[in-house]
Amino acid sequence: MPSEEDVIATIVAVIRTLDGVTPAMADAVTPETNILRDLSLDSIAVMDFIMELETAFNTVIPLDTVAEIATVGDLARAITTEQARTAA
Amino acid sequence: MLGKYAHLAQSLSGLREAGTNPFTVAFDEILSPTTARLNGQTVVLLGTNNYLGLTFDESCIAAAVSALETEGTGTTGSRIANGTYSAHVALEKQVATFLGRQDAMVFTTGYQANLGIMAALAGRDDHLLLDADSHASIYDGSRLSEAQVTRFRHNDPDDLYRRLRYLADKPGDKLIVVEGIYSMLGDVAPLAEFAAVKRETGAYLLVDEAHSLGVLGEHGRGLQEVAGVEADVDFVVGTFSKSLGSIGGFCASDMPGFEVLRVASRAYMFTASMPPSIAASVTQAFEVMAARPDLRQALTRNAEALYQGLSKAGFRLGPTPSPIVSVRLTKPELAVAFWNKLLARGLYVNLALPPATPARESLLRTSVSAAHSEADIRFAVDAIASVGEELGIIGATVEAAE
Repeated sequence: MPSEEDVIATIVAVIRTLDGVTPAMADAVTPETNILRDLSLDSIAVMDFIMELETAFNTVIPLDTVAEIATVGDLARAITTEQARTAA
Repeated sequence: MLGKYAHLAQSLSGLREAGTNPFTVAFDEILSPTTARLNGQTVVLLGTNNYLGLTFDESCIAAAVSALETEGTGTTGSRIANGTYSAHVALEKQVATFLGRQDAMVFTTGYQANLGIMAALAGRDDHLLLDADSHASIYDGSRLSEAQVTRFRHNDPDDLYRRLRYLADKPGDKLIVVEGIYSMLGDVAPLAEFAAVKRETGAYLLVDEAHSLGVLGEHGRGLQEVAGVEADVDFVVGTFSKSLGSIGGFCASDMPGFEVLRVASRAYMFTASMPPSIAASVTQAFEVMAARPDLRQALTRNAEALYQGLSKAGFRLGPTPSPIVSVRLTKPELAVAFWNKLLARGLYVNLALPPATPARESLLRTSVSAAHSEADIRFAVDAIASVGEELGIIGATVEAAE
């Protein structure tokens, strides 16, 4: 099971590939980064971001759980939980 | 209260400054399936989804008038109360027969058909797998359902398979939702491959044939007929507001017990049913569609001519010829200028701007009708090519504009 740090590193790598995210924005990402506000993602961009993350982590992140995710840290925890559930 | 729409209000005011607002066009008079009067000017309509040109079909109008005179202007009630007339029952039978299915349910609009069916089919523990480029009605239906929603890459059966594999151990039914022809770029789903994934994974398959019913297939049964996978499609959804020239939606299925959805689907139960005149005109339109394969042939010919004409002129289009032909542009302001210049030349097309478009492109979306003449198509290609050159989108100055 990857550590939360590894998970965040992969999330940042995916963020780097998103349209409209500058390298400086990606460099500044921390677990406290707010996905909508700090990355300027609209609702469709968020859905595309989730789809890319699912591919990167070989998992699914149901869209109904996305409403509860505000920060990159929340996202990392959601992915870790989902992976643990799948592995169980 | 409306402050949250400030960005939309700003975009709208920008559109007004650029000329006519493409999103508030009101035609003075509709002259035929392919021409209208707009602000006193006669325009060729190349963006109406009126694929078979049946909006002025005399037999459909006669059926509607007769029902209007004998049954009145509206039903004033829900299908499960006072809103089911013999016309609705006849239409449902017609839909089922046309598609070779056991049952069909008719909804007041196509949007409501997706809302009502998806929300009723998929419950809390179920999974909806949506193509990423799905229509808004599919997204809205998925939100109304309490199901877990997973998107897969547009038209990518391998990606769908991968996501179904992640979900393999989770409880609940899995419903794959795809469209026949996608409304923005006119591209077609690889349905045989999707059906194979469905068979292998034990999922269910819903196909929205909104833009492909009456358009694709030897008998007009849509992409499922062309792909030869009708037996794999558990639910066919579609609309009467495109090839059938009216309004309304449906879902048809062979699933035993399908009837129960009549008392489970909220978008079916809690809205007034379509007026009997509409049901009568649509029932007749199915007859015309079945009796006149020449309309489909004319549509295919016109679509091919428009696609090839614009492709030859140098525009970036969707991947395959279809009755939806979209000119793909990157800058919204250029698309708005393009749209206004076409209107000034007497050509009406649709304008589609991000975020409602795939890959955030700005699209001049056209849709072809069987009722267009060869001269209409030539006029359209010439007008679009000439404005495209004027704006530097095709020809020598391409890079400057795009």
